[in-house]
Amino acid sequence: MSEHVLPKSIYYGIFAALLVLTAVTVLVAFLDLGPLNVVVAITIAVIKATLVILYFMHVRYSSRLTWVFVAAGFFWFLILIAFLLGDILSRGWLPVRGWA
Amino acid sequence: MSDSEHVLQHHFDDLKQQHEASTLGMWAFLITEVLFFGGLFAGYAQYRIRYPGAYAAASHHLDITLGAINTAVLIASSLTMALAVRGAQTGRRKATAGLLMSTVALGLVFLGIKAVEYSHKFHEHLVPGPSFSFDGPRESQLFFSFYFAMTGMHALHMIIGVVLVTIIAWFAWRGRYSPEYFSPVEVTGLYWHFVDIVWIFLFPMLYLIGRH
Repeated sequence: MSEHVLPKSIYYGIFAALLVLTAVTVLVAFLDLGPLNVVVAITIAVIKATLVILYFMHVRYSSRLTWVFVAAGFFWFLILIAFLLGDILSRGWLPVRGWA
Repeated sequence: MSDSEHVLQHHFDDLKQQHEASTLGMWAFLITEVLFFGGLFAGYAQYRIRYPGAYAAASHHLDITLGAINTAVLIASSLTMALAVRGAQTGRRKATAGLLMSTVALGLVFLGIKAVEYSHKFHEHLVPGPSFSFDGPRESQLFFSFYFAMTGMHALHMIIGVVLVTIIAWFAWRGRYSPEYFSPVEVTGLYWHFVDIVWIFLFPMLYLIGRH
């Protein structure tokens, strides 16, 4: 039953990668990249989360059904964020009375 | 294999199916957690877009060093948790219990540092409410509301995680798990890693705004 015992080196490697990415995100925050600061910060966070999900949480080695569950969950979250930003960021593009 | 018969519930064909069901069930719960924290993230994003200056001004009052240390502490706790699951998979009883207790210890360090940060905020009158006073944009109070709501909910999840992992460590020490049956360790690990992921997003969102 003990399927896919990963070598310890994978866990240490992911740990090191997560620490490096944390250092990078702190350093980049002190550079002025304009609107790109947010993009870089979120991108690094997504990469870190993906590493944790795929390796620490073993999703890479899990069944297809687990994949579907995980993907569906984050897809729903993206719908929430995409529709919200689509609304807020597009306000002011057209003059509509009552919208500030 | 009287041992595996003992841990196999009657409604599953075999331990593999039972393990699969446990993992899937935990993921179903974690998806509801994604959407729970997602609501907070969405509220945060809306007001950040509306009041970017107030968010940046308020964010400067968070301690970036303590935040970064806590991020490293939590990542380290995820490592010990992942190694604990591996210990259970390979049937190393003492190592598993030890690694689980290391995870608990790192979780407590995180909560301790968080408590220090919270007490600073109370002393500086940065907690939203009647005693809130901030030399800056009025909307900064919104940022601190999200700061306390998000880190507070995260800390609550940490406290629950610490209790769960302690219980699992005790069971592991008593030799309840084996390479055939370690689903509780794996599933608790999934929860712990999820709470780590939430913090991975909270750290840049709360501490690293407009630092240049």
